[in-house]
Amino acid sequence: MEIPYTVEVRPDTGLSNGKLGVWLFLASEVMLFAALFSSYILLRVGSVEWPHGSQELSVPLAFFNTVVLISSSVTMVMAWASLKMNDFGKFRMFLGATILLALTFLVVKFFEYEHHLVAGEGPWHNTFYAIYFTITGLHGLHIVGGIIVNSYLWGPGAKMWQTEKERFTNRIEIAGLYWHFVDLVWIFLFPVLYLL
Amino acid sequence: MDAHAAHDIRSHVKTYYMIFGALMLLTCITVAVSYFHLPIPMAITVALIVATIKGSLVALFFMHLSDERKLIYYVLALTVVFFIFMMFVPLLTVSDKIPGTTVGTIW
Repeated sequence: MEIPYTVEVRPDTGLSNGKLGVWLFLASEVMLFAALFSSYILLRVGSVEWPHGSQELSVPLAFFNTVVLISSSVTMVMAWASLKMNDFGKFRMFLGATILLALTFLVVKFFEYEHHLVAGEGPWHNTFYAIYFTITGLHGLHIVGGIIVNSYLWGPGAKMWQTEKERFTNRIEIAGLYWHFVDLVWIFLFPVLYLL
Repeated sequence: MDAHAAHDIRSHVKTYYMIFGALMLLTCITVAVSYFHLPIPMAITVALIVATIKGSLVALFFMHLSDERKLIYYVLALTVVFFIFMMFVPLLTVSDKIPGTTVGTIW
């Protein structure tokens, strides 16, 4: 049985099923991170004292990672635009760059985590580190998820371009929506955890 | 793809690079402002305003929300309502301060 409305839009929603699906998923993701941001506020309000993020965490590393993630958002949208312009070679280059930038983000995060864990500043150290590891850890898992999906679309999944160009372009747009959301979450995490 | 649609995408590409420049500039501003050591309420306000501008640019242009179907706006509007509610839940603790301590104040 063929999956309906992968390319053409549904008359009642005006959207392809995949696109509506990913937006509903992102809405649930907003609430997931909202719960953690809300917990952060509650913990901060309930603490007698709260450390300044820049005294505990590395601002230069987080700044570098912010630049990396924003760059990856641009390469992701450029991958989609390349398919729209029928340039598969450029698509491969831009999506490959997105994956490499995502891996760079994780490597930097690994060194950040390692530094704190070696210094005994794990999630058990205090409430600040508990919420820091919880939120950035969950965000990191989202990065891993994005890398898996994007790698599939860069590799074996790209075969679809040969047979169903529009459907494949829609898949890249949907993967892009998820990836931009992951970038958007970091845009708020960076000042909240590192600079305030 | 017809020539008209390809031309449209090329004009979008220019916009994407301009948004990239704006996001970089705003990131630098976020970090620079943190070195001014503003009072915490002011620092939180400035940081969240800049982050909201950056997030809006990503959503409007990279996620194409500036030109999207109404149904998606409705879904997001409902999400925003619940998001705001969730953010204000901790304020309930303000009415539950522990006497003689600073517990219950945000800064």
